[in-house]
Amino acid sequence: MRGMSEGFFITVNGKPVRVTTTTSVVAAVMMSGEPFGTSVHDEARGPLCGMGICMECRATVNGVQHRQCCRLFCEPEMEVVTE
Amino acid sequence: MRAAFDVVLVGAGPGGIAAATVAAEAGRHVCLIDNNAAPGGQIWRGFRTETAREHPHGSRFLEWTARLKRTKCEVWVGWQAIDRPAPGLLRLERDGQGRDIGFDRLIVATGARERFLPFPGWTLPGVMGAGGLQALVKGGLDPRGKRVVVAGSGPLLLAVAAAIDSAGATIEGIYEQALLPRLAGFAVALLGHPGKLVEGARYRLKTLSAPYRTGSWVVRAEGKGLVEQVTVTDGRRQWAVACDWLACGFHLVPNLELPRLLGCRITGGYVQVDERQQTSVEGVACVGELSGIGGLDKALLEGKIAGLASAGREAEARDLAPQRQRLQQFARRLDRAFALRPALRRLAAPETLVCRCEGVTHGALEGYASWREAKLHTRCGMGPCQGRVCGSATDFLFGWEAAGARPPIYPAPVSTLSAEADAGDPAHHRR
Repeated sequence: MRGMSEGFFITVNGKPVRVTTTTSVVAAVMMSGEPFGTSVHDEARGPLCGMGICMECRATVNGVQHRQCCRLFCEPEMEVVTE
Repeated sequence: MRAAFDVVLVGAGPGGIAAATVAAEAGRHVCLIDNNAAPGGQIWRGFRTETAREHPHGSRFLEWTARLKRTKCEVWVGWQAIDRPAPGLLRLERDGQGRDIGFDRLIVATGARERFLPFPGWTLPGVMGAGGLQALVKGGLDPRGKRVVVAGSGPLLLAVAAAIDSAGATIEGIYEQALLPRLAGFAVALLGHPGKLVEGARYRLKTLSAPYRTGSWVVRAEGKGLVEQVTVTDGRRQWAVACDWLACGFHLVPNLELPRLLGCRITGGYVQVDERQQTSVEGVACVGELSGIGGLDKALLEGKIAGLASAGREAEARDLAPQRQRLQQFARRLDRAFALRPALRRLAAPETLVCRCEGVTHGALEGYASWREAKLHTRCGMGPCQGRVCGSATDFLFGWEAAGARPPIYPAPVSTLSAEADAGDPAHHRR
């Protein structure tokens, strides 16, 4: 477990990002520089509330769609794909 | 068999933790539920035992979590309450699984969220809530090297600016829409009281060099795909401020979905409670921000009161009434001091989105008589956030009060909506 608190990589749209187990997935996506999903009218969007309210940070995490990234913490080998 | 408890708590922030702890210490069979990955709520978000002392109110986090751990209280994290299928029963959802939980007494401590108001450019990436940015940074977002404008209203702005500054961002300005005369005496009182909303800010404000301007607000945000600058006004002139992030929230509003679903009476935007925190619904109490935005002290105290009352310790609960009254008054003063100026109703242009989820503009909403009517005709508030963002905006912009909540009060897979009566059986769950 020692290595985990020192950091590991997850991927966001295939791009590796260095995180720890205390990094929320939404923070990891923001730090990856990858765009979040777009709006119903295809405009760029990003997280607004940071706390499970706005639904702007939803992404596919390990194959499961519409996960709220602000409510998840990073785990080794996690794969995030923005929607 | 379905799980059943004497007391069920929804929301594991300070109020919920205090209520659960006190009820469990009094011998009640208690379950504390939270929809986040860890207890703590917003104010204690990301706190860990090893590092909590670094935080301004970390000592109380340590004290209460240690007390909670010594009890037999069950803590269920990641579970979202979505419905009350029958009296004395709550339906929960986690990762597509449904589960019912029975209770004799229910204490709701779902806290508050930020109020967002629409202005041109508020949907650009990089425009976040003030508490929103703080939550993201608590979740590991690195703010070093970012130029940040903090704006909107409420004591949270100072706390957020101080926290983000100390984490390495450059605060380009703090713009509070309320006027200084309203805040002057109040700010002094606020800063002199440890434990209030700005406790975290007290220590760090000394080193914060950014200007704190009252009576000023952001009128628009601009940028190509990302926010690059904001325009600020004091009502007379306008000026531009370059930034990477705009952290903008207009004080807080309680998360009323569950109390509404349960049928609790709501007055003046808050759940109506008596001096033992009991609502108009038998067996249901509400604590913390639900009964008035007052921060940590109020949440802890009301949690204690509701926990004691749920365990039949009425006399001890009553002993706390004078303290409770002072904190309730503090909450009302906060609301008055940070009341929104009418000019903020004119920020949105006709083409500015009000409902981010469904893409409904301000222009499309004009002329409707009620929230219900606007929803039916425009789909405003019908997207994934279920009006949690636009509902408090349209309340302020158009005077539309949200109607009663309908289940599920949080987006949930269809499979969980009709959970079997035995869905709470752990064996069933593991299959």
